Amino acid sequence: MADSTMSQTASVSPGAPEISRLRLPLHWLGVTPFFIFALLFLILPTVGLIAGAFKNAAGEYTLDNIIALSQPKLAAAYWVSIQISFVSAVLGALIGLAMAVAVVRGGLPPWLRSATLTFSGVASNFAGVPLAFSFIATLGRLGVATILLRDIFGINIYSLGFSIFSFWGLILTYLYFQIPLMIVIITPAVDGLKKEWGEAAATLGATNWQYWRMVVIPVLWPSFLGTTVLLFANAFGAVATAYALTGPSLNIVPIQLFAQIRGDVLYNPNLGYALAFGMIVITGLANLFYILFQRRAERWLK
Amino acid sequence: MKQGNRFWAWLVFGVGTTYFVLPLVATFEFSLRKRRGEYSFDAYRSVFGDPNFQATFTYSVVVAVFTILLGVLLVVPTAYWIRLRLPHLRPVVEFITLLPLVIPAIVIVFGYIRMFGSNSALPFLATARGADALLVIGYAVLALPYMYRAVDTGLRTIDVRTLTEAAQILGAGWTIIIARIILPNVLIAVLSGAFLSFAIVIGEFTMASLLNRPAFGPYLQNIGANSAYEPSALALISFAITWGCMSLIQILSRFAPRSANRPN
Repeated sequence: MADSTMSQTASVSPGAPEISRLRLPLHWLGVTPFFIFALLFLILPTVGLIAGAFKNAAGEYTLDNIIALSQPKLAAAYWVSIQISFVSAVLGALIGLAMAVAVVRGGLPPWLRSATLTFSGVASNFAGVPLAFSFIATLGRLGVATILLRDIFGINIYSLGFSIFSFWGLILTYLYFQIPLMIVIITPAVDGLKKEWGEAAATLGATNWQYWRMVVIPVLWPSFLGTTVLLFANAFGAVATAYALTGPSLNIVPIQLFAQIRGDVLYNPNLGYALAFGMIVITGLANLFYILFQRRAERWLK
Repeated sequence: MKQGNRFWAWLVFGVGTTYFVLPLVATFEFSLRKRRGEYSFDAYRSVFGDPNFQATFTYSVVVAVFTILLGVLLVVPTAYWIRLRLPHLRPVVEFITLLPLVIPAIVIVFGYIRMFGSNSALPFLATARGADALLVIGYAVLALPYMYRAVDTGLRTIDVRTLTEAAQILGAGWTIIIARIILPNVLIAVLSGAFLSFAIVIGEFTMASLLNRPAFGPYLQNIGANSAYEPSALALISFAITWGCMSLIQILSRFAPRSANRPN
């Protein structure tokens, strides 16, 4: 399709009676503002940070900042961040897939499907400070669910070691936007499972379990993996939810970086750039895998 | 087999729904508890009566409107031009529009602070107006993936080439073609992108806070640290705003043309 469009552009000369010598640069004029904008406000600031990560205070090139990322506090921040992102991505992906399959394939009333998708669109964008407030009101020390569990079921989750400000509390909160994001992205893939495949499998005498193991899971697998890494990147870059929930105390990379930008708490601006560079590397890798998996997944969605 | 499937589907759906509805109900209940011993809307009254709420919310709405204007001005001509004349550049432009999903917002704003400080060639951060402008620009970058997607999908449903040629034959210049032919034809797509941008921008915290702007996001965070019941009220207000934006997009999508009558 792209080829035919291109040859069309080449052969058809649109109505303007300009001389072709003049039109060639004018062609590019149309996209110049966009490219200048992207260069100034997206690419150069990022490249500048990356370059800064490889320089010392005097401006000489060095790997010291990258090596300094391995100091215990920063390494721990990366590790906790990766764990939180990983667990929330995997759980979000599994639960989101289960819900998508339930709504699309489970024989539920059709209106539930559109209601679920609409709600997912809202909830996947409902991250940040207000989400943290909601979970504090629900599962905080005086939260509604905490009190109900204590007074009705006699379970005091806080004496059992749970806290909304802890690792699992954060994951429970992140799931509120991770699961809906999974539902929004994976539903088209679940829709792509053709009814005929199930019928064909049944005709060949497959059990339900065999149908799932040999048809559904292999077809959905690339979409599933791809979306999971996307959820990972999504959680990894999230600042506001974690900051509003736990304050500056939690040792994860985005919050460390936030504190560094606010007040140079590492006492080395270039180390701050290295911290940011590390984030770009991780989210960049995640997105690269997303694109690779997505490309594989598209084979079945035609 | 079929019956078993349905049971599991309902179970999964029920558990999921509980997880998603419970925090909303709990937040609502919590927000009504400000007056001791009885339910009241005191928390909402105190929120809406707070001059800081009015100021920061108005500020964020204005910033959102400028963000949308900047986004439309940037994306509509570009997406149109790419479709019409430079289709081979499409992968490049698509890649650039997806970058804000790859580079976390906190990194982008960190880059701004480093690059546009008071002593730089483009000292945006030297003045409050400049910092406001930089916030609008940063938000336009954050919204870029959504805006571009929306507009490009809209353009796919119209025959850009024929419309352009017809307009040119009638003697229209580029500004008129884009403003009076293309924009009205993709207006619904543009509005979808606009509402999504609004939902993203209105309570955004990271950029606004690090650029020291008096926006709604940092205000929310500040309230959360200092009071008990107002945060719940604010959380529900924010949820309602997000919900409103998404509903408007859904309603608009019903009016969008479905058929792609483009020749290629």
